[in-house]
Amino acid sequence: MTPPRILVLGYGNPGRQDDGLGPAAAGAIGRMGWRHVTAVDDYQLNIEDALDVASHDLVWFVDATKTGEAPFSVQDVFPSPTSEFTSHLLRPAALLAIARLYCHRAPPALLLAIRGYEFEFVEALTAGGEKNLRAAVAMLTASIARSHDRPALQVHS
Amino acid sequence: MMDGQEAMPPNAGGRKIVIDPVTRVEGHGKVTIRLNEAGEVEQARFHIVEFRGFERFIQGRMFEEVPVIVQRLCGICPVSHHLCAAKAMDLVAGVDQVTPTAEKMRRLMHHGQVLQSNALNFFHLASPDLLLGFGAPVAQRNIIGVIEAFPEVGKWAIFIRKFGQMVIEATSGRRIHPRLCVPGGVNQNLSVARRDALRADVDQIITWCVAALDLHKTYINDNLQLYENFASFPSSYMSLTGPGGVMDLYDGTLRAIHSDGSTIFEGVQPAAYRDVLIEEVRPWSYMKFPHIRALGREDGWYRVGPLAQLNCCSHIGTPIAEAARQDFLKLGHGGLVHATLAYHWARLICMIHCAETIRNLLFDDDLQGTDLLVTGQRRPEGIAIIEAPRGTLLHHYEVDKNGQVTAANLIVSTTNNNEAMNRSVTKVAVDYLTGQEITEGLLNHIEVAIRAYDPCLSCATHALGDMPLIVTLEDAQGATIATRIKQ
Repeated sequence: MTPPRILVLGYGNPGRQDDGLGPAAAGAIGRMGWRHVTAVDDYQLNIEDALDVASHDLVWFVDATKTGEAPFSVQDVFPSPTSEFTSHLLRPAALLAIARLYCHRAPPALLLAIRGYEFEFVEALTAGGEKNLRAAVAMLTASIARSHDRPALQVHS
Repeated sequence: MMDGQEAMPPNAGGRKIVIDPVTRVEGHGKVTIRLNEAGEVEQARFHIVEFRGFERFIQGRMFEEVPVIVQRLCGICPVSHHLCAAKAMDLVAGVDQVTPTAEKMRRLMHHGQVLQSNALNFFHLASPDLLLGFGAPVAQRNIIGVIEAFPEVGKWAIFIRKFGQMVIEATSGRRIHPRLCVPGGVNQNLSVARRDALRADVDQIITWCVAALDLHKTYINDNLQLYENFASFPSSYMSLTGPGGVMDLYDGTLRAIHSDGSTIFEGVQPAAYRDVLIEEVRPWSYMKFPHIRALGREDGWYRVGPLAQLNCCSHIGTPIAEAARQDFLKLGHGGLVHATLAYHWARLICMIHCAETIRNLLFDDDLQGTDLLVTGQRRPEGIAIIEAPRGTLLHHYEVDKNGQVTAANLIVSTTNNNEAMNRSVTKVAVDYLTGQEITEGLLNHIEVAIRAYDPCLSCATHALGDMPLIVTLEDAQGATIATRIKQ
């Protein structure tokens, strides 16, 4: 059975303490070397990421969160257009909407929100952030490992 | 975090509307609109938090590391900071002129960055307003609505962005976190394989940029009065220009002009920026307020960015962009173009110029040269300026004998546009605020004005994408009349 192609898209700024949780998680997954998993990190989501999103069967968006559950929470993301007042923000739901409309394919997607605590100009995670990262990566690792046994998931089109 | 309402200077006779703050962590926008006793708009301020803490972040770092570290400042413009810091650190390394290969590799990277960043602004941020109209339903006024109405635009948006990213990747070996530059030069040239891949696409990119401009001009022709007047006012402008006044987004000297086009200063070397500019700190904002020394605090503000780049240059050195510039100038009726929405027109011309410049560079054999690095006698200071996508960006560093940074000063594009954004928001408030209700229309018009400048919101951190815009209306005593939040 061919495992689903999984995209782990971690975003945030490693130079701002726990804002780097998303890239750190993507980096950890990338180092595991799964052939069916693409791990990407960036400062923020961009419209051309829609091409990567559309070419996978499952997408994990990984971001830091200032509020909410520790060590992490997971929620489904569905395509939904939004408008902003700055180009410094593109939400996962909007990216899925672009993928669906332009690429005619928006795979199932999940947002993994890892709880962070400090967001100053320091190029290191906090101890609490590190702890939450380990838990989140463990969950993500287990989920990806299980995907070997799963067929490709239904896409939004 | 700041609280703009508390920090506003007292004005016993006024009321104010607050369109919520930009904080350092979440990154959200706040506009404060003050009303007078008669209920008329007195002034407006757009609050932005910039890089407070940056000096601490960079102090003690070795100067060689800085071009890489400063990319952390902005998720949209990491390349601009990388290049500007590299230029400053060239000087610290005692290098006044890098090799032709190094210079052209940097220029190639820079024009790729400006192309893709401007494309993001125009297609993702501005095109919903400009192609669907300010009055289109909120649910449709986004990039999805644009792609539905203009399917070709979606292709242009994604692939022009992607091409810009390809240029960055080709020059640095990686799409993000580029490490092309080192003080005194670069660490790689352009491979023939990557050059050929870019050559294969560049003409198509130019064609799409021109098509986007043509589409934008149909909007202008249909909405000329709105286009000329919306959030607009005469202003001074500043940008880098190259020899003879040619547009140069990578290097050159500073030129500033009055609203009537006359010269305030020109030929100012980056190292002399303090001779012509002053940075003022005001108690109600984290941002600095740079202004032109000769004109003083009240009159010395200016605009930067694509509109300034077009107004300040005498010509553009690439033919399609120059022809577009000639057409653009007609909007000024013989003078400068002051329309705030013309930022978008200018942005599209800059995109064409970038794409043409990239094409020219791709046929320059210097990019395959192997002379990459120059060394020199270490100096204690480096100052450099670059025209980033949003305008003039300055990096200034002081370095001790051990090579460690002891002081850093940045003037980013958005800081330069600080006062201009306040005035644009004021103009919108004057034109569109009626009564004491913060309507969806007012909120959207304010957003349209802000989008023209596309301010950097210290976006380097954006946990879970929080970036709301919150509107609060206050009376003369500072009490809240109404609040509106756009998530």
